[in-house]
Amino acid sequence: MKKLLLLSIATITGLTFLGRLFYLQIIDDSSKLKSELNALKVVYDYPERGFVYDRNGELMVANQVAYDVMIIPREVKAFDTLALLEMLHVDKKYLNKKFEEAINWSPRRPSVLVPQLTQPEFAPLQERLRKYPGFYIQRRTLRKYMVNHSAHALGYIREVSPETILDDPHYQLGDLAGKSGVELQYEEELRGRKGVKRFLRDRFGRALESYEDGRYDTIPKAGSDITLTLDNVLQEYGQQLMTNKRGGIVAIEPKTGEILSLVSAPFYDPSILMGRDRSKNITRLIRDTISTPTYNRGLQAIYPPGSPFKVLNALIALQEGVVSTTEGFRCNHGYSYGNRKMGCHAHASPLAMEAGIAQSCNAYFAQVYRRIVESKKTPTQGLNNWNKHVTSFGLGNFLGNDLPVGQKGRVPDGDYYNKIYPNGGWYATTTISNAIGQGEVSTTPIQLANMTAAIANQGYFYTPHILKKIDGKPLTDPAYTTKRYTTIDKKHFPVVIEGMNQVYKAGTASRLQVPGIEICGKTGTAENFTKINGRTVQLTDHSVFIAFAPKDNPKIAIAVFVENGHYGATYAGKIASLMIEKHLKGEITRTDLETWILAQSLEEEYKKPLSGEPFRINRGKLVNF
Amino acid sequence: MKPTFDISIILIYIALITIGWLSIYSASSVEDYGYVFNLSTEYGTQLLWIAMAVFLITILLAVDVRFYEGFAYPVYIVSLISLAGLYVFGKEVSGATSWYGIGSASIQPSEFAKFATALAVSKFLSNMDVSLFNTKDLLIVGGIIALPAILIVPQPDPGSALVYVAFFFALHRMGLSPWYLLLGLVAIALFLGTLLIGPLYVSMITVVIMIIVFLLSRKRRHKKRLAKPRISLYTIVACVGIAYAFSTSYVFDNVFQDRHRNRINIVLGKVEDNQGIGYNSNQSKIAIGSGGLLGKGFFEGTQTHGGFVPEQSTDYIFTAIGEEFGFVGAGTVVILFMLLIYRLVIMAERQRSKFALIYGYCVAGIFFIHFFVNIGMVLGLLPTVGIPLPFMSYGGSGLWGFTILLFIFIKLDGHRLSLED
Repeated sequence: MKKLLLLSIATITGLTFLGRLFYLQIIDDSSKLKSELNALKVVYDYPERGFVYDRNGELMVANQVAYDVMIIPREVKAFDTLALLEMLHVDKKYLNKKFEEAINWSPRRPSVLVPQLTQPEFAPLQERLRKYPGFYIQRRTLRKYMVNHSAHALGYIREVSPETILDDPHYQLGDLAGKSGVELQYEEELRGRKGVKRFLRDRFGRALESYEDGRYDTIPKAGSDITLTLDNVLQEYGQQLMTNKRGGIVAIEPKTGEILSLVSAPFYDPSILMGRDRSKNITRLIRDTISTPTYNRGLQAIYPPGSPFKVLNALIALQEGVVSTTEGFRCNHGYSYGNRKMGCHAHASPLAMEAGIAQSCNAYFAQVYRRIVESKKTPTQGLNNWNKHVTSFGLGNFLGNDLPVGQKGRVPDGDYYNKIYPNGGWYATTTISNAIGQGEVSTTPIQLANMTAAIANQGYFYTPHILKKIDGKPLTDPAYTTKRYTTIDKKHFPVVIEGMNQVYKAGTASRLQVPGIEICGKTGTAENFTKINGRTVQLTDHSVFIAFAPKDNPKIAIAVFVENGHYGATYAGKIASLMIEKHLKGEITRTDLETWILAQSLEEEYKKPLSGEPFRINRGKLVNF
Repeated sequence: MKPTFDISIILIYIALITIGWLSIYSASSVEDYGYVFNLSTEYGTQLLWIAMAVFLITILLAVDVRFYEGFAYPVYIVSLISLAGLYVFGKEVSGATSWYGIGSASIQPSEFAKFATALAVSKFLSNMDVSLFNTKDLLIVGGIIALPAILIVPQPDPGSALVYVAFFFALHRMGLSPWYLLLGLVAIALFLGTLLIGPLYVSMITVVIMIIVFLLSRKRRHKKRLAKPRISLYTIVACVGIAYAFSTSYVFDNVFQDRHRNRINIVLGKVEDNQGIGYNSNQSKIAIGSGGLLGKGFFEGTQTHGGFVPEQSTDYIFTAIGEEFGFVGAGTVVILFMLLIYRLVIMAERQRSKFALIYGYCVAGIFFIHFFVNIGMVLGLLPTVGIPLPFMSYGGSGLWGFTILLFIFIKLDGHRLSLED
């Protein structure tokens, strides 16, 4: 027994191995096919990326042909380096670096050596490159932008990162994929499917003939064309109006939740992210951390909403039954609570709800807000109840829109203040800034536009979305076609809407009336702060405006933010009114507004906090730091 | 007396070396990238090492046969020092500090530690006063075996350390109870069982088996000379088994690193991963499988020449044989290794000296473990463990280490008539 152990184990092992070999090599022939497919020369056939149209069927993004010089490192034989460098217009350092990268990726698979040559650059190469084994030209389609606006919404495509390649076998080094905006969101629809052609190759790596008459080849599937909800006219006009300013415009069609316009300023021409200079341009845009042109302010910028938020408090107060529409509140140039006072501008007093909205009276809303919070037993319960109503308008959380970036904003609840004041001792007055959309409340422009749409619809909204059709078929995703109801009953809306209409007729936006269109709006002037050398410094107020029109059959709901634009009516209100007129009439009658806004630049305002000198804000107060 | 060297084992050696070199020649002709990579080729270097191995063999056979037994401990000590020295002077190659750099060449001391340990184990066990039934002696021999393994594991090179399991066969031949083997096998079975079906089911099965064994053992109660089966004993064994199963599952989830878990999970078929860590395993199976009965022919292997199998000239050299020479070629190599082990056991049994007998078993065991782990891994039957296939894998240290290991025994065998205890 002692002598037999090793012998018998060796025998069992050997026989097992022979059996396994027999199975792998003779019975199971799946590896044979795999090994052949492995060793074949694979050529990809890139489908054309889907086109992008605006809501009226106007082409926004098409394709153009470009040529990549490809390399398969292990097939490269010694060659005349200088001649090649001259031919490709690259230097030796670049060539060596790319070659290293290609080998590290895979010696057997093709990598891009020089990307995106144009037709004239490619023509002289075509014949001459044949003399260089291991190099070849891959035809590829690039984006061609038919518009010079909407860069943020459309996004751009870029060569995929190695991480993406590992995650998704669809891609290989040098492939292009959506990197932001619609291009990223709808990448799978737009890209289609690559075709694969396999060729037999001999042991020198030369492609001989189609493998098995193309039985294992796949034909490319073209990408889907998509139609966006954006309106080219509004996009172009919005961008024009926002020139030399910073901020965002979001316009929504209340009846559908379709995003009519999504403008972010500063902006750039999407075409600069194509062609040979694209790397330079992308770097320039990304490195600009002061004006942050790649930042989509319409979706990502968090601002205090300011006075437009008052409208929501009016609705909540009515729903909770804590005020009547006719009850007047006194305003003594503001509202005093304890030994503090919230200021207000000069206007008649007392005011009831409609006039309170029209005049944007701080005292009115401070008292209304107190009643909302104090109607419950504890401030925590009161604020939680208030939070429930506010968030039902889509504030304080992601909206669920079909764009890859966004922000939650903030709507505080009782717990929020319990954390700040762990020993209690906070009351409705502690949080009184929430009454007028300052303090702890913050929103993004798209959230405000959506809130406006919900008011225009008198109590519901559709999740805002940018996709209208895929290959001509309308969007059917229930996420975007289902009404989302707010917690406010329909009967409470008319008086608030009337108040918003009065904003235009007799209130803070009375100089912005557009003949023939009944607009309902609300101005906002939002205090904001920055940090300079570690100290909090106040800047000129943000100009905020929300509006919808026409009053009786809303076709557009809009929110406009202009950073440091001061009064709501000064910048944002004008821009909103012009956008509404453009959308509803197609032409501008208030050319005085248009001329003024186009001539204005806020660049000087933006330079102030960077200057290192004390500066004046809101055309008066001097701030020092 | 004129020594008589065993011709058949030398023929097996030559056959394996030849097939190995041809495969390296084929596998390493891939790395031809033209102007960038113009290093000297692997097949060229390997040929140089084979030539030097021949020189080494002449020395090994010329040295006085008593040298090996006499200098067993010094050789072992030097080997330990060389392993320990790696922590100070070692050179890191692909993540493991297992090498000394000498000019452009590198030496891997763990390849030489195998024959040194075999010498020391044989020397110790051949001592008349030593008995494996004596706990102290058992611990000493265990220490001799474990010491180099302990030095090798943290390099990290767990594969090379695993080889030291091979000494079990020599110990077993010298009378170590087969219960140790059984215990080891049960431990492995419980381990795999736990990973496959979970500790709960394994515990239940353990309990059922213990109950059945207990019930069966009650039947022999009438045989007076056998001890009465005690229920407490069975309970304890069952409890130990269950505790082991649960601790296995804990260790696997919390102590093992991801790569270890993945390697085991891939073999168990619990995860399919043909691109990441499973890539080697998958590509080597494809290479072997595509060979068919007769293979694609020398230099015609698409997997081999496409460079699809990583580490092909070293740990995965068997795939080149499988692809280019098919079932016939790969089967021949398997049979050659079986013959090698049979022949070594037969030769060991004909020794008159205890030292040579034990050494023979050590050699046979070491070759067996390499054969078992390497081909088992390449065929996808075992987890990926990086150890070379003796005489065939590319690498000078390995080739020389195995050559020394084998030819010391051939030398001892050649003088068997003049060696006696």
